[in-house]
Amino acid sequence: MATKAAKELPKEEFILPGTRSCAACGLMLTYRHSLKALDPGKTIVAVPASCMTVLHGVYPITPVKVICVNNPFAATGAAASGIVAGLKATGKAGYTVVAFAGDGGTYDIGIQSLSGALERGTDFMYVCYDNEGYMNTGTQRSSASPAGAVTTTTPILAKLQHKKDMLRIVEAHRIPYVATASPSFPLDLYDKVRKAKEIKGSRYIEVHAPCPPGWGFPNKDLIKMGKLAADTAVHVLYEIVDGKFRLTSRSLRLAEKGGKKTVADYVKGQTRFKKITEGQIQALQEFTDRRWYEFMERHQNGRS
Amino acid sequence: MTKPMDEMTWQEVEPGGVISEPGCASSYHTGTWRSEKPIYKEEICIRCQRCFIMCPDASITPDFEKNRMVWNYDYCKGCGICAYECPVNAIEMVQEGE
Repeated sequence: MATKAAKELPKEEFILPGTRSCAACGLMLTYRHSLKALDPGKTIVAVPASCMTVLHGVYPITPVKVICVNNPFAATGAAASGIVAGLKATGKAGYTVVAFAGDGGTYDIGIQSLSGALERGTDFMYVCYDNEGYMNTGTQRSSASPAGAVTTTTPILAKLQHKKDMLRIVEAHRIPYVATASPSFPLDLYDKVRKAKEIKGSRYIEVHAPCPPGWGFPNKDLIKMGKLAADTAVHVLYEIVDGKFRLTSRSLRLAEKGGKKTVADYVKGQTRFKKITEGQIQALQEFTDRRWYEFMERHQNGRS
Repeated sequence: MTKPMDEMTWQEVEPGGVISEPGCASSYHTGTWRSEKPIYKEEICIRCQRCFIMCPDASITPDFEKNRMVWNYDYCKGCGICAYECPVNAIEMVQEGE
């Protein structure tokens, strides 16, 4: 059942004000709505070293009202598997184990432990908040950074390679639920986390979390950037339930009604793309279009 | 109430560095980071609650009894999302200290 109006979202907060995340943090908004969708009394969160650790505060102060385990960078999937096994061994039922990791902890450093956990079919939810770089340590390049983005480790030529298609890698494990979401569409995000909570087995949600200091756009444009990413199909909102593909929210509307914007619109609002050339924009456009038509085709096939 | 790290002695640290009291960051006022302050115009507001949904810091709460939105300036970081996303421009950002 889809949540129709913003007024239907729960009012209770499980992450209190006073977090140390930056102003206008896309992750913070994601986390806030995700915790509302979960049952925080029965949720255990596993967090690697990331922006999430910053958000969780400096010891001994924390703004979060859920049980949280901080684990090493490369071991998010393994730590979550351990928690699941521990709960089973002690006979505690009804808990949802959720791992929250950034793109660095998912695409690069944590991929082996995530792949291991998915292969074992561990009963947990993995949320990757993709802010397209190692933002916590100062905007270094990750394999999730888009081509043409200037980072502190690609300062002169900008990044030359396209973004890794992590979702395809995750999908190849044939897990029951894979989805993408965005904090700019909180109702969609809420529904997907809700849905994932009810499913047994490994669940993976990738959230595109815009990062104002890392990407170089004004704080107030956070929601706008997320919407623009969906409108240009840079980030496509969809879900795959038991292999059945379906576009959702803004991406569904885009597929039905058209009106896709060009990547140039998305690129010009961010200072990380200040060195992008016309050729690179063209290449990014082609890369995005190819993905988008693949998704459209899969959406049509999923329906018939 | 949990004390900040510099006021704690080592005997007070829980084994394993466990934080036993959840949600204790309310003593940390992030409102001091703010350079621009959102000002709420109640008469223009249509109560769509979009600002409440979009606030990353949960600094805006709806007050159902008084039928208005309430800003918590102790924690508002002044990002300006509420003012930008407001469909009727009922929130204005002003320079802090004016």
